[in-house]
Amino acid sequence: MEQVILKLKEEIIAALNLSEMKPEQIDENAPLFIDGLGLDSIDALELTVLLEKKYGLKIKTAEEGKKVLYSVKTMAAFILSGKQG
Amino acid sequence: MPDRVFVTGIGIISSIGLNIEESASALLESRSGIGSISMLETRYKDEIPVAEVHATSNILKEIAEVNIWSAVSRTALFGIIAAKQALSDANINDINEFRTGLISATTVGGMDRSEKFYREYIKNSSSGRLRDIVTHDCADSTEQIADTLGIKDYISTISTACSSSANSIMFGSRLIENGILDRVLVGGVDSLTIFTINGFNSLMILDRTGCKPFDETRNGLTLGEGAGFLVLESECAVRQSGKRPLCEIGGYGNGCDAYHQTASSPEGDGAFRSMQKAITKANLTPGLIDYINAHGTGTKNNDLSEGRAIKRLCGNEVPLFSSTKSFTGHTLGAAGAIEAVFCVMALNHQWVYPNLNFTQEMTDLGLSPVTVFKSDIRLRYIMSNSFGFGGNNTSLIFSAC
Amino acid sequence: MKKSLIVSSFCSVTKKEVTLNNKVIYKGSGNDFSDLSNDIYTKFSIGYPKFHKMDNLSKLGFLSVELLLSDKNLNLKYPGEEIGVIFMNSASSLDSDRHHQDTLSNRENYFPSPSIFVYTLPNVVIGEICIRHKFYGEGNFFVAEKFNTDFLVSYIEELFECNAIQCCIAGWVEFDGDDFESLVFLIEKPDKTDIGIVNFETDIIRNIYEKLK
Repeated sequence: MEQVILKLKEEIIAALNLSEMKPEQIDENAPLFIDGLGLDSIDALELTVLLEKKYGLKIKTAEEGKKVLYSVKTMAAFILSGKQG
Repeated sequence: MPDRVFVTGIGIISSIGLNIEESASALLESRSGIGSISMLETRYKDEIPVAEVHATSNILKEIAEVNIWSAVSRTALFGIIAAKQALSDANINDINEFRTGLISATTVGGMDRSEKFYREYIKNSSSGRLRDIVTHDCADSTEQIADTLGIKDYISTISTACSSSANSIMFGSRLIENGILDRVLVGGVDSLTIFTINGFNSLMILDRTGCKPFDETRNGLTLGEGAGFLVLESECAVRQSGKRPLCEIGGYGNGCDAYHQTASSPEGDGAFRSMQKAITKANLTPGLIDYINAHGTGTKNNDLSEGRAIKRLCGNEVPLFSSTKSFTGHTLGAAGAIEAVFCVMALNHQWVYPNLNFTQEMTDLGLSPVTVFKSDIRLRYIMSNSFGFGGNNTSLIFSAC
Repeated sequence: MKKSLIVSSFCSVTKKEVTLNNKVIYKGSGNDFSDLSNDIYTKFSIGYPKFHKMDNLSKLGFLSVELLLSDKNLNLKYPGEEIGVIFMNSASSLDSDRHHQDTLSNRENYFPSPSIFVYTLPNVVIGEICIRHKFYGEGNFFVAEKFNTDFLVSYIEELFECNAIQCCIAGWVEFDGDDFESLVFLIEKPDKTDIGIVNFETDIIRNIYEKLK
């Protein structure tokens, strides 16, 4: 889980052009949207593309998206559950 | 005292018809132009509905009277066809009789040809025909239209996303008001491309069943293509020719939402701003607007935002409103002009168009658009909204004469 | 005789250098735009993280306007609704269009990016500037073969004449592959500013532009 979280933080920074952030500045339990990183709807879409591109995982509905993209931790859990098939 | 601006001719081509007559029949019969992709080779062929103009580019060349071998984009062909219709409708035989300009608008330009070239070129850098990319630039379609019609005095191209051709109409009006030109052909053009289908799909705002503006279950927009043009003339030019204008440009307004690159502010600040400016310019009050042809794309965001702005503006007296994008799809750079043409037709025939695909009112809004075609309404002032990415919002008011 | 509008500030950004009111404030070191823009961003302490998400055209326009307004606070002087932004260029959003097209080109690795697509419209740079500075007035983006100073000056004069705006940021912002240049002006009425760098007139603007080469 730790490895996945660290890699994910780096990928998020790259995908969303958060050039001024370092991975250690991102709290994996904090909400990604509204507070925390203050991401917007386009960022949400980019994260959806990231999950598909890097991990081959598709988010099927907006409701699923809201749950999966809540925090770095929930994204990591989604990735791990996907890997287990 | 600024000169008054009159509309003396209109022309249109879209998925509901190749000209005014065909478009009028479709509107009267509530016949939408939305259907499956038939002309583009894309992986989304059977998945994403669009509103195509039902004519291949070769047929369009015939209609436009353009040589079949010439390098003209589909976008420019739409423009040539609609612009010629507008000039004919305005009974203009000598384009240089008065100081005449052309203001056009587009978002994709000649992308329909460029993307074909690119696919070949990227596989093999010695393949692909260079003539397919010379028409790429946004202003190329404008130049093609101007050259075909012989317009030389003043030519310009606007590109402000979905409000582009509404801004053309606004700019053309100002040129006449300020005595810089006597006549301006104003409008916009856009064609369907794999570029835009994929782009909007990546934003997840394409409805898989066809757009449902203002409906609770709406799920996105439907892309369309086409062109709309209007001939605007000064009072002096109209009087000299003795023609009867179709209507008057009553007012217009443009403002920036300044909220997000692509989403509208929740309370519709930008929309409210442009509508209010247009009403002020027209020396009216909101209660005098008889019908609003809404931007109404069918996205969750726009329809709620625009609906709220309309409520803020009109209070308890929200006029009849509908979105004709349920007929033509969202024609992007051409939308403002195509919908302006519908507004001019509405004033002349006293028609109000239905908002197709509407069954359920939005819980967060509590407003219902018109759902059946109406032909017995007294219309004096019609407002048309066009709101673009980048927060560029424009509203136009057409007045009966 | 009609009084000219006044340019109270102007800024240019080219590969060679950045100038503010004809004074060189930054010298380029032959780097590509990515390095150049990041360097300017850091050197002038812009402090707007969303900058990094913008495309090249938006970054160029955004930085030009940030520097243009660096010692000004327009919001104290004018309501947001009275400030307009009018730009022109020749390449439209071609730079981002190419990037978007690239994401569609690989059939096996087919991942169109939403954050690239949103910039495939040239006027989004105006949106970015207005979001940052809370400008709510008129905006327009014209596409033409060359920087037509005659057109720009007369268009903006009309906007002031009919009271559509009381203050305007306008200019040429062009980005196409390796070529980029911008020249932006802050335009006000003569009775609204004590700082008059030059009159906002066709020949004057054209001369300033030609000196960039």
